Amino acid sequence: MTCTEFLAQLDDLLDDAVTVEMRADLKEHLRGCEHCEVTLNTTRKTIEIYRSHEIYALPTDLRERLHAAIMARCKKGC
Amino acid sequence: MVWFLSLPSVTLDWYRPAHVAPRLLDVFPKLTPMATIQPIAGENEQHPDVALVERVRGGDVSAYDTLVRKYDRQIFRIAQHITQNREDAEDVMQDAFLKAYEKLEQFQGNSKFYTWLVRIAVNESLMRLRKRRTGRMVSIDEDVETEEGSVPRDLADWAPDPEQNYTQSELADILRKTIQGLPQGFRVVFVLRDVEGLSTEETAETLGLSVPAVKSRLLRARLQLRERLTRYFRSKKGPKEMGVEK
Ligand SMILES: [Zn+2]
Repeated sequence: MTCTEFLAQLDDLLDDAVTVEMRADLKEHLRGCEHCEVTLNTTRKTIEIYRSHEIYALPTDLRERLHAAIMARCKKGC
Repeated sequence: MVWFLSLPSVTLDWYRPAHVAPRLLDVFPKLTPMATIQPIAGENEQHPDVALVERVRGGDVSAYDTLVRKYDRQIFRIAQHITQNREDAEDVMQDAFLKAYEKLEQFQGNSKFYTWLVRIAVNESLMRLRKRRTGRMVSIDEDVETEEGSVPRDLADWAPDPEQNYTQSELADILRKTIQGLPQGFRVVFVLRDVEGLSTEETAETLGLSVPAVKSRLLRARLQLRERLTRYFRSKKGPKEMGVEK
């Protein structure tokens, strides 16, 4: 397996959607390829970091204000 | 040495085989599940939103209150990611929830309420962008074809817990700046699919893209973000010699 072939499977690998045979091939490639190992680990970390950090938090006061505005309009039948 | 990654479109149009492998946690730990995701309802199980939507249709406004509180943070986040503007995101959030309320009769129930709501919010966000950049067409196809499939790779490994070198607010700045640098068409796919937890199919439906197009953009978005974050997160032990064969 080449690095390009490995990377073509990267998303399915991260999403846990590869076949048993493919997984074995990918694992075999990783044993001899530090590039792809780094790519796999840091890409996984990239996704995790974006999932676990709130970068556009909705502050409570703003949330309540927007919420009140929405519900007031809805009660009037918009 | 710069290593180029070629992504010929053919290799990205792979399909997911029907016989998907069972999970092997030893080699490839699965990504942690997202807090916002509902467990997928079985054939006979009804998603809790369906009952809420029915109550709203029956005139119970308080049920809509519950739906707004359930999804307002996600809608605000998506609007910020697309408009990159706080005021616009506030407007989009209000407009999206009001529009959803008005159009609730049109909601079919064959897609999830959340997905339907996200589609409204994405459209409202794009409309807002168009207003701001008058005369310029704005679509999710913008800027995506400039890459030509080759991404120069920075292969430095990351520090073990790279976030710990930054305060929470520094880290949030880095993450914002980094994702804002992605082309719109990649950013939206990454946000919906990886941050907000829509499936590939739901992302495709929401954005009016094909499933292969979503997959192709997702891979590129993930790799570009990874590469951009390397600037901040690279291992401090000095550049690692990666042994690239010449
Ligand atoms: Zn490799």
